[in-house]
Amino acid sequence: MTDAGAAALPRRWQSAKIVRIVQRTARIKSYFFDLPEPFAYQAGQHVDVRLTAPDGYRAMRSYSIASGLGGAGPLELAIERLDDGEVSPFFHDVAEVGDEIELRGPLGGHFVWSPADGGPLLLIGGGSGVVPLMSMLRELHSSGAPVPAALLLSARTWDEALFRDELIALERELGSFALAFALTREPPRRPEDYGRRADMAMVSEVMARLPALPRHVFVCGSNAFVGTAADGVVAAGVPATSVRTERYGA
Amino acid sequence: MATRGFTGRRSTGDETGRVPPGQHLVEDFPVLSAGPTPRVKLDDWSFTLKTGPRPVKSWSWAEFNALPITKMTRDIHCVTTWSKLNTPWEGVLVDDILADAGIAAPTGFALAHSYDGYSTNVPTADLIVGKAMVALRYEGAALTPDHGGPARLLVPHLYFWKSAKWLHGLQFTERDEAGFWELRGYHMYGDPWREQRYTND
Repeated sequence: MTDAGAAALPRRWQSAKIVRIVQRTARIKSYFFDLPEPFAYQAGQHVDVRLTAPDGYRAMRSYSIASGLGGAGPLELAIERLDDGEVSPFFHDVAEVGDEIELRGPLGGHFVWSPADGGPLLLIGGGSGVVPLMSMLRELHSSGAPVPAALLLSARTWDEALFRDELIALERELGSFALAFALTREPPRRPEDYGRRADMAMVSEVMARLPALPRHVFVCGSNAFVGTAADGVVAAGVPATSVRTERYGA
Repeated sequence: MATRGFTGRRSTGDETGRVPPGQHLVEDFPVLSAGPTPRVKLDDWSFTLKTGPRPVKSWSWAEFNALPITKMTRDIHCVTTWSKLNTPWEGVLVDDILADAGIAAPTGFALAHSYDGYSTNVPTADLIVGKAMVALRYEGAALTPDHGGPARLLVPHLYFWKSAKWLHGLQFTERDEAGFWELRGYHMYGDPWREQRYTND
């Protein structure tokens, strides 16, 4: 386990340049950053981003890392536009390629997974909560490690399922990766998907697609979603100590 | 360095001076936790005070609720950058727990232990003289499991991860021993006004 002692050094702020912006869904864009001082990170970690107004006022937010090569290549953050937010509307409405944004990381030493940690690996994400889980799956893919994995991703619609096409491609490429979408406002598109909110029965069914009880479970999303999913995992027989959660907002 | 095109939203009026650097105000009460929410039945609940490995006293739920109850309304600050003003709590001051156990704080540091196996460290000076309590109620109602019920530590002047949920006991230690989050990259003390978020900040 790579859980403890992840961050012994202070993380310095650096000015990262936006090198690419990709519209992922109607409300989510990916921002790719070149770092003057690149760092290695573990899948699941986050960075803090801070914006400074001309008068010195600052706003800071944490964003999970979506990229998964452990530090090679640009750093990807996938940012959902929250209409009443302060930082995400700036990214969506103002930020452009070439802008410099202050960030520091990697941060967080609990919600992390490395191929060396093994599996089976159960990932459950709600909305943009799939971001740190995507990093884990990309890491898994590039490592070639024979770790069985399953992802249950809840989204309102097929088109709002973040990283949908990449995940479907991963399912084809990885021998032992089961993917299920739970669409809350549309009927399911594929036989292995669902057309309802995630519930305990669904969690238990997706878990059963793994060859054995998961050794590591990561759940990320809104508070209500994480509560339901994590309770479902525990009810299905997984020890609570194997379940790590990260909750976005309220 | 100013960020091109960023103006930001500032807090105003009464809020000025109450929001630490890098924080923003929220009206709701976000929930954060490292794992599934434990559900502790009141019949099974107990709180144990320890000095090192030695238990000093344990209380059942009924015994603990018979201790003096204090109200405390405070601003709270989460390391994930939200702050919430005027949160009203009721509970038992650490001072009153110590008094009921018949001891003075025996060492300079303490670890709070939770039902889910997590822990966090707080200097004793930040727990006593009315600074901290074991909270039993929020906004006049019993603490929900989401928010750390049946009982959570409340150390409102430090980042909120120090206010351990699902509290099971308080252990005084000779040294400042890192707790769960402190071993995973978070600051040993966690003063929001000095932005002590991560190790060595």
